[in-house]
Amino acid sequence: MTTVDLKLYQVGTFAAGNRLLPLEDRTVQAHPDRSNSITSGHRACQGCGEVLGARYVLDAAMRATGGDLVAVNATGCLEVFSTPYPESSWQLPWLHSLFGNAPAVASGVAAALRATGRGHTRVVGQAGDGGTVDIGFGALSGMFERNDDVLFVCYDNEGYMNTGVQRSGATPGGARTANTKAIGPEPGNAFGQGKNMPRIAMAHEIPYVATATVADLHDLERKVEKAMTFHGARYLHVLVPCPLGWGSASKDTILLARLAQRSGIFPVFESEGGEVTAVTPIRRRVPVEDYLRPQRRYSHLFGAHPRPDVVARIQAGADRSIARYGLLADSSEK
Amino acid sequence: MPGQRLSQIEGSVAVAQAVARCRPSVIAAYPISPQTHIVEGLSDLVRGGELIDCEYLMAESEFGAMSACIGASAAGVRTYTATSSQGLLFMAEALFNASGLGLPIVMTVANRAIGAPINIWNDHSDSMSMRDSGWIQLYAESNQAAVDLHVQAFALAERLSVPVMVCMDGFVLTHAVEEVELPEQEQVDAFLPRFVPQQLLDPKEPVSIGAMVGPEAFTEVKYLMHAKQVQALDEIPRLAADFEEMFGRPGGGLVAPYRTDDAETVVVTLGSALGSVEEVVDELREDGVRIGALGITCFRPWPLDEVRAALAGASRVIVVEKAFAVGAGGIVGQNVRLALSGLPATVYDVVAGLGGRPITRASLRGLFRDVLEDRMDSRSLHFLDLDVELVERELARTRLGGTGPHAEHMLRALVGVGAVPPGPEAPVGEES
Amino acid sequence: MDKPFAITLDVGTSRANKTGSWRTERAVYVERQPPCNQACPAGENIQGWLYAAEEGPGADGRGYERAWRTIMADNPFPAIMGRVCYHPCETACNREIVDEAVGINSVERFLGDEAIRQGWTVSVEAPPTGKRVLVVGAGPAGLSAAYHLAMLGHDVTVVDSAPLTGGMMRFGIPAYRLPRDVLDAEVQRIRDLGVHFHLGATVTDLDETIRDGGYDATFLAVGAQVGKRAYLPAGSVSHVLDAVTMLRGLEEGEAPMLGRRVAVYGGGNAAMDAARTARRLGADEAVVIYRRTRDRMPAHEGEVREAQEEGVLFRWLTTITQVDEGSLTVERMELDQSGFPHPTGEFDTLSADALVLALGQDTDLSLLEGMDDIAVRDGVVTVDHELMTGRPGVFAGGDAVPHERSVTVAVGHGRRAARAIDDWLADRAPEPVPHRELADFAMLNTWYYEDAPHQQRSMLEAVRRQSTFDEVVLGLDETTALYEARRCMSCGNCFSCDNCVGVCPDNAVRRLGPPGEYLIDLDYCKGCGLCVAECPAGAIAMVPEEI
Repeated sequence: MTTVDLKLYQVGTFAAGNRLLPLEDRTVQAHPDRSNSITSGHRACQGCGEVLGARYVLDAAMRATGGDLVAVNATGCLEVFSTPYPESSWQLPWLHSLFGNAPAVASGVAAALRATGRGHTRVVGQAGDGGTVDIGFGALSGMFERNDDVLFVCYDNEGYMNTGVQRSGATPGGARTANTKAIGPEPGNAFGQGKNMPRIAMAHEIPYVATATVADLHDLERKVEKAMTFHGARYLHVLVPCPLGWGSASKDTILLARLAQRSGIFPVFESEGGEVTAVTPIRRRVPVEDYLRPQRRYSHLFGAHPRPDVVARIQAGADRSIARYGLLADSSEK
Repeated sequence: MPGQRLSQIEGSVAVAQAVARCRPSVIAAYPISPQTHIVEGLSDLVRGGELIDCEYLMAESEFGAMSACIGASAAGVRTYTATSSQGLLFMAEALFNASGLGLPIVMTVANRAIGAPINIWNDHSDSMSMRDSGWIQLYAESNQAAVDLHVQAFALAERLSVPVMVCMDGFVLTHAVEEVELPEQEQVDAFLPRFVPQQLLDPKEPVSIGAMVGPEAFTEVKYLMHAKQVQALDEIPRLAADFEEMFGRPGGGLVAPYRTDDAETVVVTLGSALGSVEEVVDELREDGVRIGALGITCFRPWPLDEVRAALAGASRVIVVEKAFAVGAGGIVGQNVRLALSGLPATVYDVVAGLGGRPITRASLRGLFRDVLEDRMDSRSLHFLDLDVELVERELARTRLGGTGPHAEHMLRALVGVGAVPPGPEAPVGEES
Repeated sequence: MDKPFAITLDVGTSRANKTGSWRTERAVYVERQPPCNQACPAGENIQGWLYAAEEGPGADGRGYERAWRTIMADNPFPAIMGRVCYHPCETACNREIVDEAVGINSVERFLGDEAIRQGWTVSVEAPPTGKRVLVVGAGPAGLSAAYHLAMLGHDVTVVDSAPLTGGMMRFGIPAYRLPRDVLDAEVQRIRDLGVHFHLGATVTDLDETIRDGGYDATFLAVGAQVGKRAYLPAGSVSHVLDAVTMLRGLEEGEAPMLGRRVAVYGGGNAAMDAARTARRLGADEAVVIYRRTRDRMPAHEGEVREAQEEGVLFRWLTTITQVDEGSLTVERMELDQSGFPHPTGEFDTLSADALVLALGQDTDLSLLEGMDDIAVRDGVVTVDHELMTGRPGVFAGGDAVPHERSVTVAVGHGRRAARAIDDWLADRAPEPVPHRELADFAMLNTWYYEDAPHQQRSMLEAVRRQSTFDEVVLGLDETTALYEARRCMSCGNCFSCDNCVGVCPDNAVRRLGPPGEYLIDLDYCKGCGLCVAECPAGAIAMVPEEI
């Protein structure tokens, strides 16, 4: 009889932890001493993906740096729900300046630390998709181009949710927002190239670029830890579903992130120096419809006047992504 | 102190040297004329190893530059930038943020006009537009003043945790080569203590900087901000005194009165125009006119008591300023009127030197004569050396030349200012 | 630090904001009924012992022992179960929908064997009750009842007419499926509890035996071991015997003379046992004759498959109409729409040296004669829900009562009867069984379970199997047993994966220390339901908040 290497098939790959795993093999989130960089009492909506993403990223970064970390935050939901006077939910040094300047502020922090012999303290900049791909775009590109020692994290919920769900440069085609309503012959947001920020970041040939979702904690944490092994500009793009903006149930936040990955709509990959170095293969692929249907922002595609043509177009986009990144290749075990 | 140097030096280079001796840890800047020579000079000093332990960050915009300064200052280091004109406006959002957060950033504004129409020459439209940004604004009348104000600016900013703007006229000062006494490094080190930030991003003592504040406390936050600015009115004279003691020359302060003691007429101005004004004052004094001048060194916070005291004996006050509030009037003038509230003096608002137009001694003399001889309407805004014929023609040509009491009043006032003819005299001073 | 008012805040101060007030629903941890447990005729807590087994040697080196003891709480025969149980648990297993069912049976067998290797024993912890209980029949039902009754402190006497314990486990199941050393080892543990055995002693008058023995209660577990005979026109020299007799004879050392070609009539497990045994006894050809189709055969799929692998032949849709020396006359059948077979009038002749009838078994209830209060219908004893007959204090179970007949069912009856007898002796109402909602597949979030195929039990090579009575299905080694145990999805029950702690956007799930113990901090829980949706095992439920 041949024996096989023992693997924890029950869990160990996707769940946060397991009583059978040594502590160091569990996620940071499953660790009793996780830093809870953002703690209870914040005012994020029920089932908020962004606050989950932020805690996942920052707790992992805190572990990777031994707590020697500061964070810079753009204006947006994450800032508003975390620091309404007189209460802050943050448990690490944190600075909020403006909507469009988080990358530059982070660059300044990093420069100050370096100039004063505190380069060991690492800097994370964070913003939503608006603060990243739109209003903060120039600052972010500058930070990349100068290769400032900052990990910049975009929590992408595909719209301006804090201001009432308007479209951003990261809003996908066909999606309904407050200013791209399901009105007229082409309901929802127009189809375009959008701003594919991870690829734009890669074009700067910075040391490390990665995408992740809140649905795969191990993958996300590993990427944060890996990012922290580099110096210079790094970019992490995390898909964080928004129950409010997407019109989804609060319990479905992680499910939708998972379906985005499984449908190929959101490719999960890593890049070093501008080259794709690894992809997270799709496990149990699903059609984009599985991802679209639970979201009211796409309900006009399936209602009384269904738009299979639009769904097909979204599917074609996912198919292109799958082909581009080779997402259906043999699964690699982590 | 031994070895104080007097050298012929460009204003920008002098400022760069002075800033370097203040040992900033982070300089973040974006080039814009006429600020460029300052930041180029600093870049050279950092690259050349003369300014050590300093990161020079080449920002992608002025907004980025100020933002980087915010980050650096919040990380607890001495931080500097410089800009001009459009660049300052591009920073606008970040300026309010820096002051709101109480970050002691020092910035040089090489004053320049704001477009449209685009214009690279000097006036004060840029810094005046940011007068309510919560920054302390100091105006240099000369390159020596610019150098000295920068040294004091760091001390002031850091003592109060408030950002300070040192305004110096673009080209007129920044590009002028003249004798400047540069402060010695040891003197600066002795004058300017090591920066101890009021708050900083420190993993050992984490805090959350930049909270959202609602109606329940916003007024109080703003009141405290105002109170802190007002404190500068006490701090600035103390610093000026300390400075004089350390460097052996006067510098800084809130206001610079010149022959005001018995003056019936006082000309108020700021920046490099003060030199020309003082020269004309001297000329008129020789003619027996009891006239003086008042330089405003600190425009924000507004030294109301000091201005009031300096002007208390005057019956006429002429405010000559290089910016104005379109559709309203003089900016400094409005502040002066506030200071003179309840006093009988008549205030004349005169806009001069816009977009680099020289303020000649002849024009000033004509202006002062018009005031002294009651040819000017104190309720109107006056434009020095305005080409009256041109604007009348243009108003007539366009539908803007319509009728109505306000328009007619303005046209009448225009005629009044037209009484100052362009003299045969050539422009004087550096204003060419 | 001299923090500016309102602009700069102390960290972590939002904990003063109790967001629990937003909640309209709250999450609660639940323990749902895993389908394996639900399906287990022996009433085992399968998910529970797999949970323990997953720890393997574990931190304390006793994970397997804990698992074994969890089985033993319900079933004294882990090693036997691991061989002869038809594992309805695996049929019910939710993992089947993900990839393949967990090999529960093989893990159970590993644990049972490990206990025998390690010499793990159980002992009676309950104080003696002073009550005497008679158990008639030393088969699985009787032994199971005796075990549980002994553990409850009763004085138990088991009577069986056979010279050895085990009943059908010994005399009906061939040794290649259940080695006798395994059977003996597990029965020995029951003996070691102080249970008295009267073997080779037939109870002919139960009433009298109870009365004479002064028993306070009785469990009737006489089984069904009389092979059913069908009427078949047969020549005087034709060699016809029944499967029960054949298998029993073999166990008693009387290898029957079957000849080279053996026909087996019937489609149940006994038919498979008979056919496979015939092959082992030297028959070149063993053919099973069954009147319906394969998918309608009552024999378990694994048995049929293994029989086919061993070269057993099958004639479906066939009945025997005449038995002659060396041949059978058979008729082809047709199924109607309801699946009932009808003769077609098409006949054929088969060569056969012997015919083994495997048409089911009847039970011998002659010992109940004169006990009119014990109702017998269709050849089996009528019992109530507590397995009690019409005679107070006399209970019955196993093949002697109307139910599906299998070792596991019998073991389950023994357990149920023992508890019922214990209650009855104490004049105590039976404890109601708490209802647990079934952990349906839809309640799980199986994304979190890594794909893993079932570890196939290695098989003896079929050729070798045909000629010996060696055990056919080998057990898992430790590594693969552990692997298999860890495939369990722990349906409906927390297995302490910490996912709820991880996915809570409000940091409102706290670990209490011991694995699997969590607390939802209702001060902060906003009731989003993410922990419920992302619980792999479906061990958290949302319930409306009382507002």
